[in-house]
Amino acid sequence: MTTTTVIDSQTLQRDADGHLENMAEWNDQVAQALALEEGIPALTERHWLVINYMRKEFKEKGDAPSIRKMTKESGVDTKELYALFPKGPAKKAAKIAGLPKPKGCI
Amino acid sequence: MKKLVILGAGTAGTMMLNKLHNVLDKSEWQITIVDQHETHYYQPGFLFIPFDIYTRKDVIKPKRDFFPPGVSVVSAEIDRIEPGQNRVLLKNNVVLTYDYLIVATGAKINPEQTEGMKDGLWHKNIFDFYTIEGACALRRFFKHWEGGKLVVNITEMPIKCPVAPLEFVFLADSYFTEQGIRDKVDIHFVTPLPGAFTKPKASAILGDFLAKKNIRLTTEFSIARVDNEKKAIVSWDEIEIPFDVLVTIPTNMGDEAIGRSGMGDELNFIPTDKHTLRAQNYDNVFVIGDATDLPSSKAGSVAHFQADILMENFLSAVEGRNMTASFDGHANCFIESGFGKGILIDFNYDTEPLPGKFPLPGVGPFSLLEETKMNHYGKVMFRWMYWNFLLKGLELPVESNMTMAGKRM
Ligand SMILES: Cc1cc2nc3c(=O)[nH]c(=O)nc-3n(C[C@H](O)[C@H](O)[C@H](O)COP(=O)(O)OP(=O)(O)OC[C@H]3O[C@@H](n4cnc5c(N)ncnc54)[C@H](O)[C@@H]3O)c2cc1C
Repeated sequence: MTTTTVIDSQTLQRDADGHLENMAEWNDQVAQALALEEGIPALTERHWLVINYMRKEFKEKGDAPSIRKMTKESGVDTKELYALFPKGPAKKAAKIAGLPKPKGCI
Repeated sequence: MKKLVILGAGTAGTMMLNKLHNVLDKSEWQITIVDQHETHYYQPGFLFIPFDIYTRKDVIKPKRDFFPPGVSVVSAEIDRIEPGQNRVLLKNNVVLTYDYLIVATGAKINPEQTEGMKDGLWHKNIFDFYTIEGACALRRFFKHWEGGKLVVNITEMPIKCPVAPLEFVFLADSYFTEQGIRDKVDIHFVTPLPGAFTKPKASAILGDFLAKKNIRLTTEFSIARVDNEKKAIVSWDEIEIPFDVLVTIPTNMGDEAIGRSGMGDELNFIPTDKHTLRAQNYDNVFVIGDATDLPSSKAGSVAHFQADILMENFLSAVEGRNMTASFDGHANCFIESGFGKGILIDFNYDTEPLPGKFPLPGVGPFSLLEETKMNHYGKVMFRWMYWNFLLKGLELPVESNMTMAGKRM
């Protein structure tokens, strides 16, 4: 099931879990709006460090990284990842980065 | 002579050995299987040990009972695979070369991955039931326990048999009721998932069972450490859950040998093609069972469905044909729910567990996502099938790929 959301007069297709259907529609404003939906009022530099890492990983590997991988490679440790993206860093950061739901999350 | 080496003689390795031994030409192929242990453990049986339903001897048999004659059996620990050289180095300095390799080294628990888990309380107030040692220690503990807070916690996904922790709390409810102390035991199921299980429909239905059985559920709890002094588990966002006894499902990882070989991901699981079951980076290496990184359940029933697919693709690969058999992620799990009943789920990569009926020729339909006595017998029967059919590579009356027959959308 897909739904649509309007952000900055741009109409976005979303999948059943709220992830963007089309990665190309993603930009900084969209990220900000998606973050708000997840209860994150403003994206800081530390958030962006993680988001950019997520997008780079996805481009290279074709899948969003797991929380373990994020801890190892993003430059942000597990504790801070949970503070930045409460409850589910891997899932939330992927969503805000405009990526599909990580395949490992079953 | 062409050489096939199988690493690991657990559920998946033993099954593949028997299947391929039956079809490969003995004058052309030499088959070798390697394992560090001589005892085969029926791991699904570990669940029943803490509740005194099975004992140690109900879940073990010598591995050699399941090896066909004529294969070379090596009892040693694998040090590493050198996939570039087509060889395997063993800890006893023996080197095995291969033309084809099947990796079936499974997954195991790593409590060391969580801070404080293996400190003072390990196997005193903190137990696992994913090893024979843990399950037996927990049985001894429960025998004399007079009640208190029982916390069952999944550290992180993926884990083997993702329904086993739920079965554990259902059985605990039943066991402490029979002991007459259920009112003194607070059972608390604590999971990093957003619900009782991984898939939405099943998660909702299984969540209702928890409520009905008076089992508390805390979701989206990711454990950071164990506080041994306070006897509490603490999440990354500093929420504390106190326990008198903690039953943990620690981080599950592939074997260190996979890490040493440079063939694994961050959990030592091997990147594997989810349909062909060939290793993503090596054309002459196949992977089966818990050792893969596939998004299917890590379960014996899944390994069984994979075995049929792997066999076909292996035969195609060695004969230079295209691999056409495709694994669909099929899983079929009996969930023991206590008081002599059980629940059955059947699903694959694309179809989540649905309610309805599961037809089984000759035995009759089982109910899906419903608690019945019949499903409990299914679970009991599984052990018998495991030893007598599954490990020996014999056919079971269940299709490798999932069917929609009987399922309600
Ligand atoms: C508590 C519990 C309950 C379960 N319940 C169910 C259930 O109800 N239904 C179900 O279908 N499944 C269940 N499972 C899961 C099932 O047991 C596993 O999915 C299955 O055994 C996987 O088979 P495998 O061959 O991949 O790994 P394993 O059977 O674990 O075999 C791996 C083998 O590799 C060997 N090995 C690994 N590394 C090395 C090394 N370096 N050197 C030498 N040898 C090595 C090991 O010694 C082992 O023999 C349960 C598991 C547990 C723990």
